[in-house]
Amino acid sequence: MTNSIDELEFTDLILATGTNTTENHPVIGMKIKRAVKQHGTKLIVIDPREIDLVKYASIWLRQKPGTDVAVFNGLLNVIIAEGLYAKEYVVERTEGFDALKAVVAKYTPEYVENISGVPAEDLKKAARMYAKANRASIIYAMGITQHISGTDNVKSTANLAMLCGNVGIEGGGVNPLRGQNNVQGACDMGALPNVYPAYQQVANADAHKKFEATWGATLSLKPGLTLMEIMAGAGSGAIKAVYVMGENPLLSDPDLHHVKKELQNLDLLIVQDIFLTETAQIADVILPVASFAEKDGTFTNTERRVQRVRKAIEPPGEAKTDWEVIAGLSNKMGYPMHYTSAKEIFEEVTTVTPSYAGITYKRIEKEGLQWPCPTHDHKGTKFLHKDRFSRGLGLFTAIEFIPPNELPDKDYPFFLSTGRVLYHYHTGTMTTRTQGLSERCPESLVEINPIDAQNSGIADGQMVKVTSRRGTVEAKAHITQKSAPGTIFMNFHFAAAPVNLLTNPVLDPTGKIPEYKVCAVKLAAA
Amino acid sequence: MEKKITITIDGQEVSAKPGQTVLECAKSIGIFIPTLCHYQNTTNVGACRVCVVEVENARSLVASCCMPISPGMVVRTNTPAVRAAQKMIVELLWSSGDHNCLTCEQNGQCELQNLVYWLKIDKPRFNIEPPGYAPDNSNTMIHRDLNKCVLCGRCIRACNEIQVNEVLDFAMRGSYAKVGPAFDADYIDSACVFCGECLQVCPTGAITFKQAKFGGRPWELDKVRTTCTYCGVGCQMDLFIKDNKIVKVMGNREYGQPNDGSLCVKGRFGMDFLSHPDRLKKPLIRYKKNEDLKEVTWDEAYTFIADKLSAIKHANGPDSIAGLASARCSNEENYLFQKFMRAVIGTNNVDHCARL
Repeated sequence: MTNSIDELEFTDLILATGTNTTENHPVIGMKIKRAVKQHGTKLIVIDPREIDLVKYASIWLRQKPGTDVAVFNGLLNVIIAEGLYAKEYVVERTEGFDALKAVVAKYTPEYVENISGVPAEDLKKAARMYAKANRASIIYAMGITQHISGTDNVKSTANLAMLCGNVGIEGGGVNPLRGQNNVQGACDMGALPNVYPAYQQVANADAHKKFEATWGATLSLKPGLTLMEIMAGAGSGAIKAVYVMGENPLLSDPDLHHVKKELQNLDLLIVQDIFLTETAQIADVILPVASFAEKDGTFTNTERRVQRVRKAIEPPGEAKTDWEVIAGLSNKMGYPMHYTSAKEIFEEVTTVTPSYAGITYKRIEKEGLQWPCPTHDHKGTKFLHKDRFSRGLGLFTAIEFIPPNELPDKDYPFFLSTGRVLYHYHTGTMTTRTQGLSERCPESLVEINPIDAQNSGIADGQMVKVTSRRGTVEAKAHITQKSAPGTIFMNFHFAAAPVNLLTNPVLDPTGKIPEYKVCAVKLAAA
Repeated sequence: MEKKITITIDGQEVSAKPGQTVLECAKSIGIFIPTLCHYQNTTNVGACRVCVVEVENARSLVASCCMPISPGMVVRTNTPAVRAAQKMIVELLWSSGDHNCLTCEQNGQCELQNLVYWLKIDKPRFNIEPPGYAPDNSNTMIHRDLNKCVLCGRCIRACNEIQVNEVLDFAMRGSYAKVGPAFDADYIDSACVFCGECLQVCPTGAITFKQAKFGGRPWELDKVRTTCTYCGVGCQMDLFIKDNKIVKVMGNREYGQPNDGSLCVKGRFGMDFLSHPDRLKKPLIRYKKNEDLKEVTWDEAYTFIADKLSAIKHANGPDSIAGLASARCSNEENYLFQKFMRAVIGTNNVDHCARL
């Protein structure tokens, strides 16, 4: 997030798109609802699903899945045409405006209505409301990113925010809500193929030299493979061994039939986890580790706040913390790692991670610090891009709309969109082993609009078969207005209904993120 | 500068901003006024009248939580009339419910129990007549026993004003009044999303953490503050521990950002996976494809992996090896993992599921 969670409660307008916040980030959802009910904040929701936040929205734009760029270009079109944008800000702090203006010129509300199904009048109303707000915050999640146009979608949100001068101010910003406890931290720590900690490029000669010196090792200048490329490499034989720490690709990746074959093709699959996950079941070596409650360390939340994790109980059996296992293995392979505590590792992290350099365990004992926090007397950063963007000027990107890779047709007439539900988390490894959560939500449900249910002769609670070009999954029907006619929603929490057998493995070319939010399926009573 | 108002409480002068309440002013100079229905960051409703004080020239005792200060106000918090009223209120509350501390989970942290003790009440002067409601046993997360409810309305305000879930409200009237979801449903059949804010604010044993029942008395539990393991909000929470088990999870208003003491259903009730029998306890190796997994020692596991990785690296180069780090693990572990892949294996093939 460019800005902080608590700013949402006191801003003038929130635009929420591709985020089912009350289910996936309930505590942020709570703050948004408080903002609307108690502080007069206006809320615009842009989402194909009638999520809970719609109840609190001033305007809801229900676009067809995968038409986000068109909708955002439409908003930009209206704001530019009506002269509602922040002219001084655009001149002083941005570049690329003319190119943007040229591309969005054709995205009139009527043109956008044809593509997205969003009524032209609603689009105009939303554009005016956003532009006229003193401070407006955009929040989004995987509903924006999990498309072949994911990167374009994100850039579109940035275009809108910059056009109205909403980046670099308190209560504004472009705010991705990260779905996992430490996805921000894993990225910050360089668990990515092209960067070292703090996003220092592996291909950059200075960074390369610095890390070779610090680590006392010969490092590769060649950026590595992304997750989906690693899987493909396993399939082709280019990758021989995969070491998986706390992930379950065999339920979370798209087109699972393929993933399983790919992983089985490996000479060595090492899985380090707290449970025998679907992925662990086909591993050659399984290493038992401690859960979050059984170790010390830090997580970095979605607002860049580095917070302490503290050991509360002992791990079961012989399980060790992940860092002890990595160090043990490293020692065995002849590269000594003699850390005695997580704190000691964190101290090393701060020496090579400029944005974390000012953070110590002592400083975050009572309250976490938000990076960048470069020095020991720096108070952390509540919001980014104040006065200046990281690259200097904010760059507008002129983007044309492209449709999703696979659209409904005669044979597969429905859109399928996937995501999470309130009571479960990711591949369900933890939550399906939790009594209360399972009681509230014991199984996967296929959310179907009442009209589609009627046309397909499906009753609520009946088992249905959902089939894409890649596979078939059976689960119970849940008939609900939440789904638009022609669109089905399923979650990916349950191994019994692995929706990723159906999803389309096509990737966004830049972000390499699979298009989980749109594929074509057919529906039948089972 | 904003004008300040000066008032006198128990003979002490105190200046405060207009709009502040007598209760807030008293607190600011260290004078204790007992409360029950009052709850920070929610509307002051003055429902229970436990916080009554004497205000000179006022017609009757006033509820200090709702009374805004006015210039020259003279307040007394500990007169015989105040204490008599407080005792009467607490005795009425006590006698109208089934407040049996012997079997109550809230024993030791019950605000009604504390009031009884603080007011030095031996027993109520009224007959104890609980309403006889059936407890809500509909789920394993939130236990609700309205026989212990004092109708303070804190759960209702927490549900509507803090979490804005808008599930709980008062139903019925007069002595039949009770708290619950629409149509007097059990929680499980209602629109409740089980955030548990209601049990966190309940002053008595009416709404409690069901799985914590018989898990340990409040004074037996160790408390460890940590960061939630689920989504990216990073809620700060207290884990309550006994005998190496998590008994319950509570938010803590003192911790501030990012969650101000609130939690969701996963953070609060989603922790029993930790002690699930399926947890992996020993390293396992499958020596040949399609063979069963065998339990091994850590040293055997390390040796097996090190030998295999070294052989693969030697035969096919470091880029034939890849690692998936984890958005679930700590910063320290992700740092070490990518360092291992880069410095020990010699490849940049390291990624995690940020995209999924």
